[in-house]
Amino acid sequence: MSPTAPRYLISGGTLPDGTTSDMLIEDGLLAAVGPEARSRAEAGDGPLETVDASGRIVLPGLVDLHTHLREPGREDAETVETGTRAAAMGGFTSVHAMANSTPVADSAGVVEQVWQLGREAGWCDVHPVGAVTVGLAGERLAELGAMAASRAEVRVFSDDGMCVADPVLMRRALEYVKAFDGVVAQHAQEPRLTEGAQMNEGELSSVLGLSGWPAVAEEAIIARDVLLAQHVGSRLHVCHVSTAGSVEIIRWAKERGIEVTAEATPHHLLLTEELVRSYDPVFKVNPPLRREADVMALREGLADGTIDTVGTDHAPHTAETKECEWTVAAMGMTGLETALPVVQHALVDTGLMDWAGVSRILSSTPARIARLTDQGRISAAGVFETGAPANVTVYDPNVRRTVDPATHATRSRNSPYRGMELPGQVTDVFNHGHPVVRDRALATPRTH
Amino acid sequence: MKHLLSTQDLSLGDALRILDTAEEMSAVSGREVKKLPALRGRTVVNLFLEDSTRTRISFEAAAKRLSADVINFTGKGTSVSKGESLKDTVQTLEAIGADAIVMRHWGSGAAAQLAGSGWITSSVVNAGDGTHEHPTQALLDALTLRRHLARRHGTAPRGTDLSGMKVVIVGDILHSRVARSNLWLLTTLGAEVTLAAPPTLMPVGVEQWPCQVTYSLDEAIASGPDAVMMLRVQSERMHEAFFPSAAEYTRSWGLTDDRLALLESAGADDAVIMHPGPMNRGLEISAAAADSVRNTALEQVANGVSVRMAVLYLVLSGTETAGTPDLVPSAARRPEA
Ligand SMILES: [Zn+2]
Repeated sequence: MSPTAPRYLISGGTLPDGTTSDMLIEDGLLAAVGPEARSRAEAGDGPLETVDASGRIVLPGLVDLHTHLREPGREDAETVETGTRAAAMGGFTSVHAMANSTPVADSAGVVEQVWQLGREAGWCDVHPVGAVTVGLAGERLAELGAMAASRAEVRVFSDDGMCVADPVLMRRALEYVKAFDGVVAQHAQEPRLTEGAQMNEGELSSVLGLSGWPAVAEEAIIARDVLLAQHVGSRLHVCHVSTAGSVEIIRWAKERGIEVTAEATPHHLLLTEELVRSYDPVFKVNPPLRREADVMALREGLADGTIDTVGTDHAPHTAETKECEWTVAAMGMTGLETALPVVQHALVDTGLMDWAGVSRILSSTPARIARLTDQGRISAAGVFETGAPANVTVYDPNVRRTVDPATHATRSRNSPYRGMELPGQVTDVFNHGHPVVRDRALATPRTH
Repeated sequence: MKHLLSTQDLSLGDALRILDTAEEMSAVSGREVKKLPALRGRTVVNLFLEDSTRTRISFEAAAKRLSADVINFTGKGTSVSKGESLKDTVQTLEAIGADAIVMRHWGSGAAAQLAGSGWITSSVVNAGDGTHEHPTQALLDALTLRRHLARRHGTAPRGTDLSGMKVVIVGDILHSRVARSNLWLLTTLGAEVTLAAPPTLMPVGVEQWPCQVTYSLDEAIASGPDAVMMLRVQSERMHEAFFPSAAEYTRSWGLTDDRLALLESAGADDAVIMHPGPMNRGLEISAAAADSVRNTALEQVANGVSVRMAVLYLVLSGTETAGTPDLVPSAARRPEA
């Protein structure tokens, strides 16, 4: 960024620690927070733009560990360009693009392509996730080291969409990524127990005549993997935890000092299997929507730190793959543009968490898990670190809006919240000091 | 009644209305000229995306006896794999002039989805969707049981329910849409239902359903039921480890000659054997049980036509008023839609 680039004074916003404070962005960095922000802004040279943040919350830019951008391969559902526009509109300054593209992101070439597309788009940082196994086939390790050493600097590896079910392969992956401080993010789904699975297994699946996806299929893999991680002394990240039993196992593992981190999706914090009664495929997702008790256990898990982060599992799908029979419809929901409102609704408005907690689960912790040093630079108490890259999201928690997927920036329309009223709206987003969202609308991308 | 999608959401009033209308239809079927003008000029499409010749011809006979035009559309496999979506298919059928779509589908929920999608305005009749429901099968079973009860009491079946009847449903409950539809409907009508199956073929959560559950068919029969409904068991279930072998299944859950004898001694004097067909003789039912005078299979088939006539008539007549329609005169006066 050139020295003559505009400086931004975010004035009068409420910071995650509860204080009301000004914030100055200069040269892509968070130059000052507090009373000196304004004096320094007025003393400095060059153009100064003021963002009125009174009545709003100023958060560190959000970090998503679990995003499906669909490019390369399914550009009819999403592209890096449209997906990162959606990310920016949702307040994310960094997303992790899952590897299940076509071709699979299992080589340095593909991850560099995705990383490059992200830079060219310029709406938020794009960190490709590398596949654990070649072609997500679960048979042999992909070239994890080459992806780590590539320009994309991959640190998160996942076969998401598929479980690394082979215990030996999982053990080796956990061990191998220690060489570059990587982490394996497991999609925990025992494949034999979930063949043909269509929804949460329980009394309702029996009534609806849909094949069940039992909680044990998730819990058995998590139990195995935390023990493997302990055995080989590696880090493990568990994607989209969806059951109360999984929360218990992860709590148990953390009490024993096992290096496990876990993620929950926004939809698993709000929606339940009851929605499947409609047979509307917009509610079909993997892992499936669970019971009310599971929703509550996930919320408690986030509040007490058992679950570390909210990952969107933003999974755009074309209309034709959702406008069909439930049993053949694609699994997945969009989520980038509704994640923060859902978190506010499920965790903040319920009194389970304050905004420092939101900063923790949506920014600093996922940044730490992915070993990002340019994101999430805020203390546990919610104090911004000055001098850090200015990744900042300004959020108005006081508006209430009815979700209309037609207005979303993502290319796909499969939002399960269609027609629901949710609180809050992102108003301004700064990605490395560049305003990508201003006044509730996309502004301009950052250029490199 | 605009659609018939399931028996779980069928009220007692609607269930009785269908059964009472079916009694009227049945009287027509007994006449020399088996035809009513009730649905003249209306078009019924049988959209069968899964093989079922029996159900399709039953619906076809029902529609024709009501003078409706019938179009049969059959296909196999997923609509996705054929490249045409269900939405396009049904919109095409409606453009051709369908007033009601009778759909057999491999996917659970397909009928409910079709009715709720806004893709079409036609009535939808669920002729079996995946492992979810098969409401007309349950209605024809209920009609059969109700007539049976009326004969026992020497009364007319009209207006009566199944209070006090004990029905045992046996076999692959897990994969059976017939079992589900019967459980909801028979209990709505006041019957007591017992499900008997190996634990592997019981649905998860069955203990929350309004029925008794047993793993012992002998106990179920010894308790003296009025009817034993045998479900078809597919031998491929064996390969999915639901039970070890066909022989073991038959020994434990088949209606063998020994269990037929037990039914004759312990069951109601006029206890009946029901089967939705087609029967696997030697697997879930012995030849003697299949050929027994207690077996209502053929009566069920005849009642199937009456029930389907009633359903088609009710969904297409568009009347929301309670009670059984005064069928012949009103139909004759009814203007063309
Ligand atoms: Zn996944």
